[in-house]
Amino acid sequence: MKRAPVLMAMACGVAAAMANGAPAAAGVLDQVRQRGQVICGANPGLAGFGVPDDKGKWTGFDVDYCRAISAAVFGDPDKVKYVPLTAKDRFTALQTGEIDVLVRNTTWTMSRDTALGASFTNVNFYDGQAFLVRAKLGLKSALELNGATICVQQGTTNELNMADFFRSHKMEYKPVSFGSAAETVRAYDAGRCDAFTSDSSALHAERLRMTNPSEHVVLPELISREPFGAAVRKGDDQWFDVVRWVGYGLVAAEDAGVTKANVDEKRSSDNPELRRMLGAEGKLGPAIGLPDEWLVNVVRAVGNYGEIYDRHFGETSRLKIPRGLNNLWNKGGLMYAPPLR
Amino acid sequence: MTMTPTSPACASTPRSAPAQTTPARPPQPTAGLLRGLRGLVSTPVNALLTVLALAIAWFLLRPAIEFLFINAVWSGHDRAACLAGEASGETGACWPFITRRIGYFVYGQYPEAQRWRPNLAMALCALNIAAALWPRAPYRGAALFAFVVPFPIISWILLYGPGFSGLVTVPTNLWGGVLVTLVISIVGIVASLPLGVLLALGRRSRMPFVRAASIVFIEVMRGVPLLAVLFMANRMLPLFLPPGVLPDPLVRVMVGVSLFAAAGMAEVIRGGLQALPKGQYEAAAALGLGYWQMMFTVILPQALTLVIPGIVNTFISLFKDTTLVTIVGIFDLLTTIDVSSRDPAWATPVTVSTGYAFAAMFYFICCYAMSRYSAAMERRLAAAGSRS
Repeated sequence: MKRAPVLMAMACGVAAAMANGAPAAAGVLDQVRQRGQVICGANPGLAGFGVPDDKGKWTGFDVDYCRAISAAVFGDPDKVKYVPLTAKDRFTALQTGEIDVLVRNTTWTMSRDTALGASFTNVNFYDGQAFLVRAKLGLKSALELNGATICVQQGTTNELNMADFFRSHKMEYKPVSFGSAAETVRAYDAGRCDAFTSDSSALHAERLRMTNPSEHVVLPELISREPFGAAVRKGDDQWFDVVRWVGYGLVAAEDAGVTKANVDEKRSSDNPELRRMLGAEGKLGPAIGLPDEWLVNVVRAVGNYGEIYDRHFGETSRLKIPRGLNNLWNKGGLMYAPPLR
Repeated sequence: MTMTPTSPACASTPRSAPAQTTPARPPQPTAGLLRGLRGLVSTPVNALLTVLALAIAWFLLRPAIEFLFINAVWSGHDRAACLAGEASGETGACWPFITRRIGYFVYGQYPEAQRWRPNLAMALCALNIAAALWPRAPYRGAALFAFVVPFPIISWILLYGPGFSGLVTVPTNLWGGVLVTLVISIVGIVASLPLGVLLALGRRSRMPFVRAASIVFIEVMRGVPLLAVLFMANRMLPLFLPPGVLPDPLVRVMVGVSLFAAAGMAEVIRGGLQALPKGQYEAAAALGLGYWQMMFTVILPQALTLVIPGIVNTFISLFKDTTLVTIVGIFDLLTTIDVSSRDPAWATPVTVSTGYAFAAMFYFICCYAMSRYSAAMERRLAAAGSRS
């Protein structure tokens, strides 16, 4: 009995210590500000999305997304710490608070959005399974693949999606499956199969590893939905809003014709929509805890959505992935931002 | 007696004949070489086997030499250079991929302006190792002590640059490549030897608690793959600790690797302790030496000498096992190469093979150097042992 008060005091002390350190105590945005860095869960290396350049600097589509968030919060795109994560680790890292935001070509699915403690803010890249074939076959559509031999990696959803696709179109095919992605590519390159199937962005990247990349084309059909999105930890609405509206802001900027080159000029224009968006009028930034010129800083640092896309996937890049679904809503794509007002 | 035709041939090979006639003369290198060469073609069977072995070596080596040197591309700025050979059907290594990115492969993302710091640390490390390991250097004991205690602290300050040092702080997530490989393996090597000695002694201790604790630690660590230890250190630990008290990921990995290597080391050293005749212990005790005196002056010097091959073997496997840290998001040499090969600016069919060939050379040179050093040490100690 004599020891009870001591134990109580210890228990209280531990509880207090835990409460102090718990992530709920301060919002993620405040933590980020205090730390002076956004911690971004990233892919350790995926062509176009995030790879180190010759100097070791991270570059890529997802990397620019992280840089955009940093620019919105700090006005400086380089205050990002990248934590490279494997596919298995990514949600654990988000749950434990090791990272603030996950931008790692992660497919947005219902179970991930609900059960894994993550909330997806928006889609930054619409990917989907496609087919790679030799250009000399002259194929224009995946619907012409009747009777083809197709290389696929074993045990992936690609295998199942392909089965569904061919069954629903009443076509015949012969799958040749391999244990690893590398083996599958090598087999296709060696001529074992007529076509090779994987996600579209992966096919464009693998094409560069083939003996002669220009001899291969990716067919336009996407037979599955792989919307890649940014995700944050559940339970912090302010941070969720920041990440979501940085994403929408990039799309809205492209829609409104705001580019890296003309952003300052557009800010001082008379167009009320542009003035609201770029913080010359209204209080959109402060409403989510950001400065007035948050979107100006973002676009000045990384450009609008289309500029980011073109830099890493566009015709002038090496990957040359057609915009397709990633084009703006009024140009045949799915990129659409709610109004910034 | 059908084997008669072969057995005289074997008995009369030049290799064994001179050994019988001149057992006392030290062997002369040139004579040995000539004898060896003659042995290769001494009989028709031997000659045939020699030709066969050379042919096999040629078939295996020729593609490697062609890939690494003859068909290799030596200069260029991006993948276009590497594809030049590809078009003509001669597959060769793409060395510009290595030379253009060598800074990344050695330092990772360590800021370029600060790279003199890892350079200085590596130079200090090389000097210190040389002073501690070169048999004829003076003050070897002091150098060895310097390597185990002040050197890790100095290099930590140099590389990390904590606030008080006045250097720019370089967080460990920017470290990479050879730098990380060396840091993890040197910390592992430096920490695992003393820890392993203590654990080995603990396991043979008569104190029940010490013995039980050592046995449990060794068996648990040895019974779990290193990969699992790394996962525990990097993914499980954060779940148990309150946020904010989490050690640096690289530190977590270094502790995991060191403890894992210490458990293996303890068993190697225990082998040495058990190989010593009981008389050594009894004689030391009869001289009135206490436990630690007996261990450090009589038992351990002999036991450690006995197990040098085992110790170096543990070091070598530790060095190679550092490649596993890739799984917890730390960019060692192999990971930096692997990741770089996916850069669209360099992705070609030969990029990965070139990168791996480079990594293989690096690991081979390091491990072979360790192995040669241990062989030289063994010869020296054996010679010293036979003199006394």
